[in-house]
Amino acid sequence: MDGNFNKPERLTKLQVDLLNDFQRDFPLCPRPYEKIAELLGVAEAEVIAHFQQLTEQKYISRLGAVVTPHKAGWSTLAALSVPEGELEEIAEMINACPGVNHNYERSHEFNLWFVITGADQQTVETTLVEIEAATGYDVLNLPLVEAYQLDLGFPIKWH
Amino acid sequence: MALNLHDKALITAIEDGLPLVSQPYEAVGNMIGLSETAVIERLENLIATGVISRFGVVVNHRRVGYRANAMVVWDIPDDYVADAGRSLAELPFVSLSYQRPRRLPDWPYNLFCMIHGREHAAVESLIKDAARSADLENVPRAVLFSGRQFKQRGAKYSSGAVMEQRHA
Repeated sequence: MDGNFNKPERLTKLQVDLLNDFQRDFPLCPRPYEKIAELLGVAEAEVIAHFQQLTEQKYISRLGAVVTPHKAGWSTLAALSVPEGELEEIAEMINACPGVNHNYERSHEFNLWFVITGADQQTVETTLVEIEAATGYDVLNLPLVEAYQLDLGFPIKWH
Repeated sequence: MALNLHDKALITAIEDGLPLVSQPYEAVGNMIGLSETAVIERLENLIATGVISRFGVVVNHRRVGYRANAMVVWDIPDDYVADAGRSLAELPFVSLSYQRPRRLPDWPYNLFCMIHGREHAAVESLIKDAARSADLENVPRAVLFSGRQFKQRGAKYSSGAVMEQRHA
């Protein structure tokens, strides 16, 4: 990733540091926000307030864990080929299903892609069958076979 | 590695995010009947054993400026897919490198990676660099840029984990 993005007007250096520096190895101590505050030379309350604001403004999806696929439950990447005119309606139907956590339009004949997670493989595959029945389209089911690199975060280094 | 019920309950308890309070691990522990120390130790263990691949700020990549997001898929002979997957993973601009099954005849591609950037043209150029670096220039590939985002949120493993915890 090149990271050469224009800095969005509203972000301060502190906010950029909060977004960039704690994507991995978030402090595991009783007061992690105080620890981050010490590292950045600000007050704990300021760190908490900024994380709150960055979350409300959708810069942060959440503070937490990215779980390795198939280590805690089951997940799959699935796709449908849907006529353009039906795309939004079908995306809504899929979003209403349990365990759907990413759902994107993509530039391909298979134009709707989503991830489903669940407690186990059977739960996820039952949902896929329900999606096929509800939408009338076949689902491409592409569970992970092998991970060569996992989600390591997004560097944000503004120039 | 099989997860025990406390680990599942812990992953479920933080799937919407760590609470924004002074002692968040204590708050999570209160939700699931674990001490603050136990929550911290279990998280350390889940990270050390690779169940949690990353623990920290999960940014919304579109909102922070990565607006051109390409899923690049490759049709690689099975004997070479691991080497190719590792070569792609070494490139700093590649995030995620996964082998997935082919579904012939509809879907011939068995290696998936993500390349994110600010603009399509820059990402197209990175994809060419990736093909050159990983010696995949003659391998069939497709590039799927993301368009509308209908949903993005953290994974939910909850139904099973919560129910098992209740029956514990």
